[in-house]
Amino acid sequence: MRTTKQREIEPSLAAPIWRRRHILDLDDFTGEEIELVLETADAMKEVLSRDIKKVPTLRGKTVVTLFYEPSTRTRVSFEQAAKNLSADVINLGASGSSAEKGESLIDTVRTLQALGADALVMRHYHAGAPYLAARHLDVSVINGGDGCHAHPTQGLLDLYTIREHLGTVAGAKVVIIGDITHSRVARSNIWGLSKMGAKVVLSAPPTLLPPGLGAPHFPKIVLEQNLDRAVEGADVIMPLRLQLERQKRGLLPSLREYIRFYQLDARRLAKAKPNALVLHPGPMNEGVEITPEVAHGAQSVIEEQVTNGVAVRMALLYLLLGGAQ
Amino acid sequence: MTALLIAGGRIIDPSQGIDAVSDLVIADGRIARLGPANKPLPYKRYSVLHAEGMIVSPGFIDLHCHLREPGFEDKETIATGTRAAARGGFTTICCMPNTEPPIDTRATVEFIQKKAATDGVVQVRPIGCITKGRRGQEMVEMGELAEAGVVALSDDGNPVTDPRLMRYALEYSRLFGLLLIDHCEDVSLSEGGVMNEGWVSTRLGLKGIPASAEEVAVARDLALAEMTGGRLHIAHVSTAGSVALIRSAKERGNAITAEVTPHHLTMTEERVIGQGWDSTKAAPLPLSCYDTNAKVNPPLRTARDVEALITGLKDGVIDAIATDHAPHTDVDKMCEFGIAAFGISGLETALSSLLALVHSGKIDLMTLISKLTSEPARVLGKGEMGTLKTGAPADITIFDPQAEWIVDPAAFASKGKNTPLAGQTLKGKVMATIVGGGLVYKDESIKVEMREGSS
Repeated sequence: MRTTKQREIEPSLAAPIWRRRHILDLDDFTGEEIELVLETADAMKEVLSRDIKKVPTLRGKTVVTLFYEPSTRTRVSFEQAAKNLSADVINLGASGSSAEKGESLIDTVRTLQALGADALVMRHYHAGAPYLAARHLDVSVINGGDGCHAHPTQGLLDLYTIREHLGTVAGAKVVIIGDITHSRVARSNIWGLSKMGAKVVLSAPPTLLPPGLGAPHFPKIVLEQNLDRAVEGADVIMPLRLQLERQKRGLLPSLREYIRFYQLDARRLAKAKPNALVLHPGPMNEGVEITPEVAHGAQSVIEEQVTNGVAVRMALLYLLLGGAQ
Repeated sequence: MTALLIAGGRIIDPSQGIDAVSDLVIADGRIARLGPANKPLPYKRYSVLHAEGMIVSPGFIDLHCHLREPGFEDKETIATGTRAAARGGFTTICCMPNTEPPIDTRATVEFIQKKAATDGVVQVRPIGCITKGRRGQEMVEMGELAEAGVVALSDDGNPVTDPRLMRYALEYSRLFGLLLIDHCEDVSLSEGGVMNEGWVSTRLGLKGIPASAEEVAVARDLALAEMTGGRLHIAHVSTAGSVALIRSAKERGNAITAEVTPHHLTMTEERVIGQGWDSTKAAPLPLSCYDTNAKVNPPLRTARDVEALITGLKDGVIDAIATDHAPHTDVDKMCEFGIAAFGISGLETALSSLLALVHSGKIDLMTLISKLTSEPARVLGKGEMGTLKTGAPADITIFDPQAEWIVDPAAFASKGKNTPLAGQTLKGKVMATIVGGGLVYKDESIKVEMREGSS
């Protein structure tokens, strides 16, 4: 049935297990909470399939995005998600905010709260910045990526995408490739995937692998430096963006050698399960960590990840800002 | 003639190997007599400080602190820093030259000495720079600084990166018998790091400072000291590897000394996550994590390093305990972890946190006190300090090892409220501090009464 009027979300979701105020990382989520987010995202995805992709749920609420680091997909995704729920959105970057005049982060976020923000989506190049903000605010803080620490909404949209295709995340072998040291996506994914029962395999050269991963301080993971072996029988493969700066900093001898040992190409993809999914958090360096033919091939769900990102962020805003109350 | 009788305390003086309940008489700013006092004393009038149940020791000597004056008076001044020292039981403090201007000329040395005389309540001994402006390019005029009265030279947080310059500094300083204190850090290995490199830095997504950043520099300095015969003192040793390197250099008979801070002896890298966090499992981070008050350079290390530091301290590989008191303003600390200033305001919690090592049986009281008194005096080559020998200046610390208190930074005398110990209960408290025979700090519970004497 096609409708031309704004409808509410269906079915109406009661969320007794949701008591969360902030989304800082996935390390403090229970599997049950993640499941609730994913189910809520299903309902949001239904909204996105409508002619009028808008519901009045968060009318009168204000979402502020505060991005200290450049971002296209995450910021736009949050903006789109908030607008689909009829929230008002204010976008702030580091330039244009008082940060340029030397204002402290605490003062900036408290000012945004005083101006009426109901939720603050924050990206910052310093790890831990959202924790600092959350300590000084009454309103919700959503971590849109902090330094090399966490990117929980990316982790959730990856879980959503995997679940959508495989039916469940539990038992899936997920291989994450590349610059784990500097990847907040990898860290949040390790938490999210493990909580949902996936088997996480990391494949990276030693210079891009930080110390101390795995038990007891992290969820269990498997390290397999040889990518050919790592991808064998994989259900999901996720190459990470290789920042070209890493080579200049001496962590790698050359891009050529990185490509040789760690690029996801058709030959390596063929070692995975026949319908294995290819995910990438973006932005991609096509021809470096992934070949164009794999990035745009039949097994790639990279564009779906972007669409799912909107649904997952709608779900989070809905759960945080009163839809569930 | 002013006199003070410290009555009935347990006197511990490592310089004389004394540990006995006794009386201590001070007259005219010097130790007059140690032993049971015949009362009344042979003075016209004198004061009595009742020290029953307390420990009476030589005044503590801090080889390494930051008073911030001149240049950074918003963080600390000589007035506030010396009052913090007094509250911590320190009667002599050596202040680092990372001031503005840095302590690289006679004028700045004299400014600090003058300020300490007018504003200070404890003895302040300036440490001069090794290189002009702490820039690591040219040596300071060491002779002039020695004449002006510096107790040592150091570029403080700026390690002398050029090994050739360090070699010449170690050689040239022999002319004046000056001690060179180096902050050992290979800045290429530590670049951009904000905490120890290990699982905690990985967990928090913070750039780590590997143990090797210190050890590489320690090894270099030891080799240069061995070659030149210069007097090298290694500041704030923080890793097990450094302890091993210093141990082997000392075993070869080199005149090398080293210090360790109270925080490196009592805390680990997990403090950055927060107090009381369960590190035995993959627990979620608390909201209070990224505690900038636990950000310090060298960083808090691992439990294994802490154990090696304690062993090194007991074995004499590490000679002294120094606070590296580094006061900062709230603005410097109430910010993102990556841009927060390094440093812990440590003078007022030093003894109390160290006493935890005594209470847990890891170190005995005599050894601990020696590392705060006679040993730092020996490092400085000043035998008249850190002792209760008759005739020595009456610099004395009195503390109650059992008294419990809750750390409240707002009550600090220091302007620096930056401590990871805020809110914690510590066992052991400084009760009185005496400098040159004068009471410069006294806990409210301490009673001093006047008596008529026999003459």
